[in-house]
Amino acid sequence: MVVRVQTAPFDAGKELALITEGNFNIGGVCSFIGLVRDITPSGKINAMTLEHYPGMTEKALQKIECEAHDRWPLESTLILHRYGKLYPGDQIVFVAATSSHRHAAFEACHFLIDWLKTQAPFWKLEDSPSGGRWVEARARDDKAAERWGHGPNQKPNLT
Amino acid sequence: MRLLYFAWVREKIGMSREDANVPDGVSNVGDLIDWLSGRGREYEEAFANKASVRVAVNQEYAKMDTPVKLNDEVAFFPPVTGG
Repeated sequence: MVVRVQTAPFDAGKELALITEGNFNIGGVCSFIGLVRDITPSGKINAMTLEHYPGMTEKALQKIECEAHDRWPLESTLILHRYGKLYPGDQIVFVAATSSHRHAAFEACHFLIDWLKTQAPFWKLEDSPSGGRWVEARARDDKAAERWGHGPNQKPNLT
Repeated sequence: MRLLYFAWVREKIGMSREDANVPDGVSNVGDLIDWLSGRGREYEEAFANKASVRVAVNQEYAKMDTPVKLNDEVAFFPPVTGG
């Protein structure tokens, strides 16, 4: 399990190589990269600044990873999140899950990003031509996270 | 008690952290918010809508009835928007 919070960009290929290297039980790797867009519901933006809660962020991300490992038979996971000032096209977040078979890797990857969006203490400040604006949490992100349930007993069915 | 403020809560209150001498009667998160709200206009505005503020006690999500103690770290922030 790997959790990193950093300002620097990342190399997805290198990161995936690190979490698969030498582990020949891994039959599938699934990953997701989130990018900064230049259009948001409130209009065009020039940049975005991500703030986070050092200490709690790492703990929250580790908890999300642990939950994924409890729910699926995973070989390794990675959550990497950037903070600071980012521009359209920049990578913000990278999550990955590896497993013997694809179903667990796909589902766990989806779960990691859905839960991260509603649990990890990050906040986005958009820099638009009309000034700074804090992004509001979206109901659809809560809905996406809810589909995975909230308690460790609500395990999804693997079919 | 160490108090931390993030995002627009930080902007409204005008600082990112403070060590506060919280009075004895403050025993949970709800009490703490009520006490802070009475400390000045900045606080009152930051906590005007309690439903829009999230709270963490010692870096764990908390509710209004979560107990708070002298040496706790309590953070206030808007709903999260990472990812």
